[in-house]
Amino acid sequence: MFDAAQSAVEGALAAGASYADARVMTRRTESMNARNAVIEDLSQSESTGLGVRALIGSSWGFFASADLSDRAARSAGEQAAEIAKASALVPGPDTALADDDTPAQAHWSSTWQEHPIEDVSLSEKGDLLVSVTDAMRSVKGVSLATAAYAIWDTDKWLVSSAGHRISQRIVECGAMMNSTAVGDSETQRRSYPGIRGQYGTSGWELVRQVDLPGNAVRIAEEAAALLSAPQCPEATTDLILGSEQMALQIHESVGHAIELDRILGWEAAYAGTSWLEPDKMGSLRFGSDLMNVTADATLPGALGSFGYDDEGTPAKCVPIVEQGTWVGVLSGRDSAAQVGIPSGGCVRSDGWNRLPMVRMTNVGLLPGESSLDDMIAATDDGVLMDTNRSWSIDDKRLNFQFGCEIGWEIKNGERGRMLRNPTYTGISPQFWGSMDMVGNKDEWIFFGTPNCGKGQPSQVGHTGHPSVPCRFRNVRVGVRG
Amino acid sequence: MSRPAGVAEREMALCEQVLKLVGNRADALVRAGGGQSSLTRFANSCIHQNVSEDTAGVQLQVTVDGGRTAGASSNRVDADGLSALVERALAAAALRPEDPEWPGLAEPQPGRGDDHWDDATAEASPKARAEAVEAFVTAGEGLEAAGYCSSSWVEVALANSAGQRLVGRSTSASISGIQRAVGPDGKADGSAEWSSSRLSDLDASWAGERAASRARAGTTAEDIAPGQYEVVLEPDCVADMVQFLSFGFSGKAYADGTSFVHPGEAQFDPSFSTWDDAADDRCVGLNFDTEGTPTAYLDLVKEGISGGLAHDRRSAAKAGVKSTGHATGSTAFGAFPRNVIVGGGESSADELISGVERGLLVCGFWYTRILDPKTQVVTGLTRNGLFRIENGEVGPAVRNLRFTQSYAGALGPDRVLGIGDDGRRVGNRWVPSLRLSAWNFTGGAQG
Repeated sequence: MFDAAQSAVEGALAAGASYADARVMTRRTESMNARNAVIEDLSQSESTGLGVRALIGSSWGFFASADLSDRAARSAGEQAAEIAKASALVPGPDTALADDDTPAQAHWSSTWQEHPIEDVSLSEKGDLLVSVTDAMRSVKGVSLATAAYAIWDTDKWLVSSAGHRISQRIVECGAMMNSTAVGDSETQRRSYPGIRGQYGTSGWELVRQVDLPGNAVRIAEEAAALLSAPQCPEATTDLILGSEQMALQIHESVGHAIELDRILGWEAAYAGTSWLEPDKMGSLRFGSDLMNVTADATLPGALGSFGYDDEGTPAKCVPIVEQGTWVGVLSGRDSAAQVGIPSGGCVRSDGWNRLPMVRMTNVGLLPGESSLDDMIAATDDGVLMDTNRSWSIDDKRLNFQFGCEIGWEIKNGERGRMLRNPTYTGISPQFWGSMDMVGNKDEWIFFGTPNCGKGQPSQVGHTGHPSVPCRFRNVRVGVRG
Repeated sequence: MSRPAGVAEREMALCEQVLKLVGNRADALVRAGGGQSSLTRFANSCIHQNVSEDTAGVQLQVTVDGGRTAGASSNRVDADGLSALVERALAAAALRPEDPEWPGLAEPQPGRGDDHWDDATAEASPKARAEAVEAFVTAGEGLEAAGYCSSSWVEVALANSAGQRLVGRSTSASISGIQRAVGPDGKADGSAEWSSSRLSDLDASWAGERAASRARAGTTAEDIAPGQYEVVLEPDCVADMVQFLSFGFSGKAYADGTSFVHPGEAQFDPSFSTWDDAADDRCVGLNFDTEGTPTAYLDLVKEGISGGLAHDRRSAAKAGVKSTGHATGSTAFGAFPRNVIVGGGESSADELISGVERGLLVCGFWYTRILDPKTQVVTGLTRNGLFRIENGEVGPAVRNLRFTQSYAGALGPDRVLGIGDDGRRVGNRWVPSLRLSAWNFTGGAQG
């Protein structure tokens, strides 16, 4: 596979590229979906191809093909360069790349105990989904019960004109389930372990650990109970967020805001920009003193972990927020060069046919000293919410309104009645500035988001979010139409 | 980037080859496609990412024992690759639990309508896309432009062991972008998008000028109190509304009880009609679905009355009707109307505005998410232009607002005060501007 990538790079250089790299990737996937004890979808895919990136002037040219013959690979490189040359009609300043002094020649693999495709039979996986949906639909009031899993097994080979020659194998998997209760005028849903489930760079042992069977009846009963629960009141009050909703909060209002390509305006038309400005890095207050965030691609088992990014930069832990001060960004070699920092090693593509771009690794909150029980006990009047149901945030990642599946009233230090349709809204720095309690390492969970959308053409990224429960003061909750 | 000849024939030959490999071991559905997709992306007024990919692949679905179904796909189309694909799918099907609701394969039936195809778009070069970008950028002199120009083609063949055979092809092209103007309190954006099956239809200069004029007019935005306002929604906003409404017209969502739709009831204003028609020349894409059923014309709302539901074979069988040809390839997701058209009115966009005494002109929505499919309550923000309307005239720009609004409710009886004659394609929907009596803005985007 290295040979095809090498030919593509040589083709691009011969056609005038100042720098080129090529990735050959093979990806196997498997997914299954069950609904009300019936398997609805079972699909497997296998895709192999080559993507080559050529830099000329201010633009990347990129061409992808499934043909890995030497002739086709070389031609792909030439076409990438020709595409880049066409960009000269609307030029900008030449693109520079942050230095990589020691281009790696290496192999890296994620680890697993049970390979989710090779070591676990389809019938076992199907039986799991059927049994948990059967258990959920048996609860009175629940009419829809679904469960699903997804598996990705990716091999990739990178060659660059700077000397990189890296192979990697990354196995990822995860599962989810949810119950829906349908009322006369609305629906209520409960999901587990989160809105999309739990995913990681892991084997099937991760699915066993989250214990779908042990939680099926509980979430089904909660979904049914929500239909008759009181509405979350409109108020400005103290808000405690469970760790799953915190993962979403981190992803949307921190993770995307710190993508350097967004900050530089490269995503302005679609995903948007950021409220962060490069010259304020190192001094701007992002949140309270309790806020410590890293982007750590080295966390074992987390969904945003790897050995090397798709430019060949070794995985690293990048400090993002230290005691409330913004100190770092997610970057690649081209974006990092624009602000004079080393690459953060955050560039990935979602397949052989997509241009690598800045993606979140494992952007997460470092644990604090409190526990969820501590937070409830310390709250006289507030709301506890968990499990994301809807998420909306502006194009600068400043104003957000998030809805959760479930809430509970907190009165005089105790968890009270269940609340339905809980929502909250805020402005990122004020919201994070109001955080006064952070969960401890015993409650630290590496949530995985397998469907982060970005880029044109669209790319789906796999990101991780270490998360703990947190408390925020004076938050507007209960927003309704 | 010349297009190879005989793609459809090659894809159908692949389908036949796969069916032969399956033989009488299973009921089989094969879909093979090839094409090229290219996109020239610009930001900070220069092209920074310029990509193209050759696409090819085969998707196979096999069903054994009358109800054990598995799907497999691969982009390896040599003999060994196809053989491996078939054996993998058969092995998986044998291991999965039986599905008592398997609806069987589509019977042989002819396709419907002409292909949405343009040779010149299929052959479009990186230079042609760069020229469109240049026209967009140049139209906003002194502003920052960002966006993309894309062109693509695809040819698909479909065959099943029940005898159905279909081939189809489609081209598509878009120019989409924003212009950004610097004002006293930051950057103001204006946007424009134009899509067609023909690259030559796109007027990139017009799009660039329209985006620029909105951006320049937005640089001195003022705050406005959240609340309920009469609105004129431009086509970008209406396209977003139609997308969410379309989920409700899924036969599966209706059967599940999660849809807001009550067929036969006057849920909408009598002036509002919308339908799905894959054969309409204003649409792009194929005229048949992933199961091999030709996509039928479907009234979703006719003069305010909710109409038919979009079905795949599974939801149709449950409902006791025929599939409408709206399968998406995912049984879990169900059917979806992919080529929705909203009936245009007779008022120009200016005439819609001239009827508003006090309200807001909304140029675009952003990051809209549904809170409950049964109520159709959606939250999102305005983006790329928000302006006061006072005494029938467009007034000062307003800072972006967050809204929380039932989309179905906003189009309810007596709520639609005007429909524009300015219909255009946004994404895969053809939509005009709408004047609506009330829209619920629930907060300022700045806090």
